[in-house]
Amino acid sequence: MLMAREFDTAMLRLYRQGKAFGGVYSQLGNEAVSVGSAYALDTAQDVLFPMHRNIGSHFVFGQDLDQLMVNHLAREGSQMRGTDGTGHYADPARRIYGNVSHLGAMIPVAAGFSLADQLRGVTTVSLTFIGDGGAQVGEVHEALNFAAVHKIPLILIIENNQYAYSTPNSLEFACERLSDRAIGYGMYGTTIDGTDVELVYATCKEAVERARRGEGPSLIETKTMRMRGHAEHDDFSYVPKELLEEWSAKDPVETYITRIVNDGVMTADEITALREATLANMIAAIDRALERPWPAAEEGFKNVFMSV
Amino acid sequence: MQMTYLEAIADAMRHEMRRDERVFMIGEDIGAYGGAFKVTKGFLDEFGSKRIIDAPISEAAIIGSAIGASLNGMRPIVEMQFMDFITNGFNQVVTVAGTTAYRWGLPVPMVVRGPSGGGVGGNPFHSRNAEAWFAHATGIKVVCPAFPDDAKGLMIASIRDNDPVVFFEHKGLYRKIKGEVPEGEHIVPLGQARVVRTGTHCSVIAYGSAVHMALAAADALASEGIELEVVDIRTLVPFDEETVFQSVRKTGRVLVAHEAVLTAGFGGEIAARIADTAFRYLDAPVRRIAAFDSPTPFAPSLEQAVLPNAEKIQTAVRELCSF
Ligand SMILES: Cc1ncc(C[n+]2csc(CCOP(=O)(O)OP(=O)(O)O)c2C)c(N)n1
Ligand SMILES: [Mg+2]
Repeated sequence: MLMAREFDTAMLRLYRQGKAFGGVYSQLGNEAVSVGSAYALDTAQDVLFPMHRNIGSHFVFGQDLDQLMVNHLAREGSQMRGTDGTGHYADPARRIYGNVSHLGAMIPVAAGFSLADQLRGVTTVSLTFIGDGGAQVGEVHEALNFAAVHKIPLILIIENNQYAYSTPNSLEFACERLSDRAIGYGMYGTTIDGTDVELVYATCKEAVERARRGEGPSLIETKTMRMRGHAEHDDFSYVPKELLEEWSAKDPVETYITRIVNDGVMTADEITALREATLANMIAAIDRALERPWPAAEEGFKNVFMSV
Repeated sequence: MQMTYLEAIADAMRHEMRRDERVFMIGEDIGAYGGAFKVTKGFLDEFGSKRIIDAPISEAAIIGSAIGASLNGMRPIVEMQFMDFITNGFNQVVTVAGTTAYRWGLPVPMVVRGPSGGGVGGNPFHSRNAEAWFAHATGIKVVCPAFPDDAKGLMIASIRDNDPVVFFEHKGLYRKIKGEVPEGEHIVPLGQARVVRTGTHCSVIAYGSAVHMALAAADALASEGIELEVVDIRTLVPFDEETVFQSVRKTGRVLVAHEAVLTAGFGGEIAARIADTAFRYLDAPVRRIAAFDSPTPFAPSLEQAVLPNAEKIQTAVRELCSF
């Protein structure tokens, strides 16, 4: 949780220094969703198809901080050779397959990854995400129906953070709960508070168990608030201040810290120290990445095909 | 063994499915029904429902899940009931499959195949020749066989290829064209054109159904003393420039022919490359014969009028030869 949060702190700092490259998509307010869900998987067997506000899940799947930053900032040594950046990389050894920008396009791909193992008689759960806006893309419908018909062990989390860029929920869909769609597909669906990491974990754990029992996919809507603009260039003045205030009281990281301290798991001082160290690690990793040159220009002419 | 174009394609897929457990098929009505054109007749009985998957009418989910299965070590063959419907899965082919090698260095050994082309009264939605879209998309190999032996050899090569392949079968050739096809393993590497008729006066560079139009034109023109060379490029991506240039150097006159519409068709690309590299060998401008720039109409009177044919090729060749 702290890594997820401090990654954003560090990226925001970089953006303000004018040194960020590409969009800076904050997951502020969404940490419990990406972290809690990823913890419910078996990172040695299952597979992660993260979206643009899921950096926390990369850490749960064991991504090396330096490699992540180099990938993110598209420096020499990036697993994408500079052909793409941010969290879009794939790291098959860590079972992470990043997204393309086209919202919804990776959901059938995630389903197909699990389908391949299903054909071999093995259960591999795919975890993937979509926003309240992206959930309106046609491919999402096709993929969910397909997964339900073939009982594919897919977990789709709809991250309902109230806005899709500047568009509020009311202009994106007319149903009450996005998880109600699950009924129409014949799959399990539920809507939960996405600021409670333990609740997200428990809900996903049940989904994983259903999938392992051969009961197919689950659709989980997590309710959160996007606490920053769509990306940092966006001043999000279209979001009512009261809404942000209301949700900042439910900050997933702060409420979890309070819980941990109250339960006596860690002291407030220990957490403060850990938090400072985490941020320092993030900043140091960014600095190391930025010391690297851009990838060599000739990379742009390579690997359009695996073989010609 | 004598086989139709359709039988040759089925033979290739059966051969690969027997040989390699990673190969499976997914599509609409391909199981018990055997596919709209019966290409997969008998496949369900032989390979079972785990390897012959009947999917809902969801082209994006079908192609997308095939990409996901590819990332997880499988080698899927996707049937589009008609190639026209690949538009519904276009995003998956172009955005996801076509960029994966470049972005991730990971193979997507998927073949998306199905019936394309007109001349059979299909209407605007069952007749399209969409190959140029994919040649323009980057990262996708594009195959358009004209003969049974090539259809088999190119299909096996496509299945074994580590890049996504879009494989256009011309539905008008399925049962019309028969020929000798090698039994068992037969591979035609992608990216090699084939000179299907040698001649000295003029070259026709073609693929798919247009190869047969060119051959018919060549027969007719032979009686007038014009010897046509016909080059079947067989694959658009990769494109075998060298065989094309060789023919141009030999004849000095070139007609490029395809059944797809003229504007921004692959013929324009071929003509441009000839102009770039072989200009000094040309005795006449490069001409193109292609379909009129319209959707493919339904009524035979209209369809025959807008599509290219052997007569149109003959007329163009005569003009080129008297230039
Ligand atoms: C198919 C598609 N259309 C448009 C876009 C541009 N776009 C990127 S993110 C975004 C808003 C997404 O909102 P949502 O799905 O709610 O996710 P959030 O960013 O709120 O987490 C848009 C419109 C895109 N990436 N893909
Ligand atoms: Mg949103």
